Amino acid sequence: MKAKRLTLFAGHYGSGKTNIAVNYAFELCARNLPVIIADLDIVNPYFRTKDSEAEFIEKGIELVCSSFTNSNLDIPALPQEMYKVVQNKSKYGIIDIGGDDQGAVALGRYVPYILEENNYDMLFVANCFRPLTTTPEDTITVMREIEAACGIKFTGIVNNSNLGNETTSDDVIMSLEYIKKISDSTGLPVVMNCVKADLYGQLLGKVDNLFSLTLQTKYFDINTGGI
Amino acid sequence: MAKKVLMKGNEAIAEAAIMAGCRHYFGYPITPQTEIAAYMAKRMPKIGGTFLQAESEVAAINMVYGVASTGKRVMTSSSSPGVALKSEGLSYMAGSDLPGLIVNVQRGGPGLGGIQPSQSDYFMATKAGGHGDFRMIVLAPSSVQEMADLTIKGFDLAEKYRMTTMILADGTMGQMMEPVELKEPEINEYDKSWAVTGTKMQRKHNIINSLSLIPDELEQLNFARFERYKTIEENEVMYEEFMMDDAEICVAAFGIAARISKNAIIAARQQGIKVGLIRPITLWPFPTDVFAKAADKVNSFISVELSMGQMIEDVRLATGCKKPVTLCNRAGGMIPSPEQVLEKIIEASKGGNK
Repeated sequence: MKAKRLTLFAGHYGSGKTNIAVNYAFELCARNLPVIIADLDIVNPYFRTKDSEAEFIEKGIELVCSSFTNSNLDIPALPQEMYKVVQNKSKYGIIDIGGDDQGAVALGRYVPYILEENNYDMLFVANCFRPLTTTPEDTITVMREIEAACGIKFTGIVNNSNLGNETTSDDVIMSLEYIKKISDSTGLPVVMNCVKADLYGQLLGKVDNLFSLTLQTKYFDINTGGI
Repeated sequence: MAKKVLMKGNEAIAEAAIMAGCRHYFGYPITPQTEIAAYMAKRMPKIGGTFLQAESEVAAINMVYGVASTGKRVMTSSSSPGVALKSEGLSYMAGSDLPGLIVNVQRGGPGLGGIQPSQSDYFMATKAGGHGDFRMIVLAPSSVQEMADLTIKGFDLAEKYRMTTMILADGTMGQMMEPVELKEPEINEYDKSWAVTGTKMQRKHNIINSLSLIPDELEQLNFARFERYKTIEENEVMYEEFMMDDAEICVAAFGIAARISKNAIIAARQQGIKVGLIRPITLWPFPTDVFAKAADKVNSFISVELSMGQMIEDVRLATGCKKPVTLCNRAGGMIPSPEQVLEKIIEASKGGNK
């Protein structure tokens, strides 16, 4: 996918926006582009862009987030440096927006700058295995709610249909019909099909616009290694 | 809908409650369980149910009392400090023999504490849910699938025994995402002739009340209730045993601590240490007999907890102090690592936990 100056990721709660935004930042960095990533999540105090801060520093990616992020202070706050993401055009900006319409509200005040510059992709992240977005109809309802909340229309769709660590290549193939229906109904292109890294090889050539994701793991994930 | 979906633990509880026939939810937001309320707010209006954000936790539990009086399935959820606020209502529900489901997605305490996971409400759930002589059935899920399954089970047990069931989860269980299979549950019908549903001028009024001013009558009510508790202790204990067949060391852990312990046990087995796990799924009734039997076989016990050591007291009671029981813990929102548990197991294998 050819990078616009700004790439915005929004979608249903828990659809994988942060993981994709972080991986996309690494991707742009690998293309030797200067990257700034902003955490605009005002909904969820856990699983934040900032969790990957060490890697951002290592790769020279600038992180913008509220000073309360990961402080366990559970209050909705916007990053004070957020305007530099939309106003300073010398870097490629990635904006990770909070879930659903409640999360997207936070984007509203920056939208006039984004529309004026008019060099952006506003991407909807969809996962057909999330219970409230299992059908194209329900998914499009969430899309419209987000657009209404933040005042900017989507320009593309990111398919992130997955069942976490249990995802198989068949699951990804099966999701293509769902994502095509959303694309046909809305007239928006599917710009990425995200898969976890170990499925990338199996699906390369079978799925268009394949994008490999490296997932964070926790030590309470069930150990599947044998004895 | 038997197909798998990817859910947060909190969402799994909410959807499972709906599948179990719960159409009334009352709550007040608190991290880390807010997704339960958020999910109910989205789903309930679509299926003719009630979602109501109450003005406080105390109000919410009393709304639960009201709906429970009519014999309908009803629930509330909160996190540690919010559940403490509900304790008065829980006691009133016990005194009125009302069924209901209450979810506690625990966070670090005491006081307001923090928003990271904890298991330090074990005492509150199993010993002191409120004032007076009463018990709650306490279920401790260890995966997102169990968050769903035990919610369904919890509604059934609550109605079967006319009492409150608590789902005792923690911040990680509430927040983590895992694939879940949601199967349409079989719903058992229980006698609801006690419910306040209107007499239609055809029967005597039913009265739901916890006030009982004559002490010998109140004593009889307590005796009857404890007879019921005895039946539950005999019939409803749930636990999981993991690698216990030849175990010389027994780890006791529930919820998230059990998952971490399993990883440590697998690592210890690779070093040739014979260690296993007893995971209580019902914290009340506690799997007392299982631990008592294990005490005849193993050399020692390790209680792994996200608290200063609460379940450890029940392990000691259950085993009659036959074998040493030591604690492996973190507190205040911190989580023990598999390495920490492994270290404790190695220590125990060398007899260093007397």
